[in-house]
Amino acid sequence: MNDAFDIRNMEAHIEVHKFRNGAIIGATILALLVQAFVPIYFAKSTILDLPLLITIYFGLSRRNPSTGLLLGMLIGLLQDSLSGPTVPLGLYGIAKTFIGYLASSIGARLDTEHPAARFALTVLFFGAHQGIVLLTRRILLGQPGVLFNMHLAVAALVNAVVAVFLFVILDRLRKS
Amino acid sequence: MAGIPSRHKSLVLLTIVVLLQVLLLAVQIKRDSQGRLIRVWTVGAFSPFERAGAHGVGSIRGTWNRYFALQNTSRDNEQLRRENDVLKMQVNQLLSKAAEADRLALLLNFRKSHPDVPMLGARVIGASADTASQTIYLDRGERDGIRRNMGVITPDGVVGKVIESYMDTAQVLLLTDKDSGVGAMLGDSRIQSPVGGTGEPLLAMKYVPNDDTVSLGERVVTSGMDRIFPRDLPVGTVADIKGGNPFKVIRVRPAANLERLEEVIVLLSLHPLDLKKEIEKPSPQASAGKVASEVAKP
Repeated sequence: MNDAFDIRNMEAHIEVHKFRNGAIIGATILALLVQAFVPIYFAKSTILDLPLLITIYFGLSRRNPSTGLLLGMLIGLLQDSLSGPTVPLGLYGIAKTFIGYLASSIGARLDTEHPAARFALTVLFFGAHQGIVLLTRRILLGQPGVLFNMHLAVAALVNAVVAVFLFVILDRLRKS
Repeated sequence: MAGIPSRHKSLVLLTIVVLLQVLLLAVQIKRDSQGRLIRVWTVGAFSPFERAGAHGVGSIRGTWNRYFALQNTSRDNEQLRRENDVLKMQVNQLLSKAAEADRLALLLNFRKSHPDVPMLGARVIGASADTASQTIYLDRGERDGIRRNMGVITPDGVVGKVIESYMDTAQVLLLTDKDSGVGAMLGDSRIQSPVGGTGEPLLAMKYVPNDDTVSLGERVVTSGMDRIFPRDLPVGTVADIKGGNPFKVIRVRPAANLERLEEVIVLLSLHPLDLKKEIEKPSPQASAGKVASEVAKP
């Protein structure tokens, strides 16, 4: 009973952040645009998953599972729409819905403001995202895929590093 | 959502959102030759229930039919038994006709492979009325060009020769008859000697000196010296060899199945085609050939 009481106390002290008007929409659109157009000029940038980082960030910050999963769904579906004919609508939508839900749920219980926590969580979420996409591809679409290889490990680390700096920038969009 | 506890609302929302997206995926995707993915999933989800339902209904229906609905079974059994008997008869008739067709095909092939020899196919319509003589009757006779001393064969080998020709039938003396004979020679050593009947299933090859080598299983073919059969038609194979004085006692198993003849070929020539060549180039066994021609005479 004491433990539960302590956790509730701890959750009570975790702040739910509000953002400036249009910040979430603007950040989402910008991330999708960068994700869609930068690889044309800089192929290596495909290693980044900016829509995922945006989903994680707002999920962790808003700390509301419902809004987190809806935002994840919206971002995922938009990413699907921009991904071309080989990616059906819903593939990244499902994955990011789960990530948005998980990030919001975890954000409601843990303090995720520290860069180390953000780094570690981004690595975990990147892996979870990859696993969900892979499962969707295999089970629902019957397409093969790789769960883990060195490229994915590097991608997880790169995204986590980028996330640490990106999240600092996005923190500036919070209402003070 | 109103009745759902607030802490579970997001979980329910998650489930709904994910399911909607799964459906969205299903609507879009087409699998090769299987139509839309949603159809594949639907069939996959429903087919176990359908299969189970069909199995259950089938079991119930089977139980009912096997154990309860038996009022007409006896009558049906009787009817089926009758139909089975009729079908068995038909099958036997068809098998017989198929065998006949095979035999006729063999005759036709033989005829095609010997275009230079005029021949006529005939059906065996009767056999000898007594056990002492080995003869058969054919359904062809003088009207069809059959004359006495014409050779009768099957694709397997020599059968015998015509000993009497009537208007529409002909009598054939089989090779196994004691009075029958054919000019023959051993296939490998080319030793000539007549082969005659003994009244038993095996034939006898006469006049082969003890000094000559004969092996079991050796082929015996016609020599053409009897002026009835052309050369190299199969007569039989050597089945038994015993020493004798002054000639070996050699038994020959007939090549043609003389006990089950149904269709035969009558050689419509009294002048063997290669007889002139034989006369021009007499062989060392010419004396044996003479004996053969004597034996072949009626």
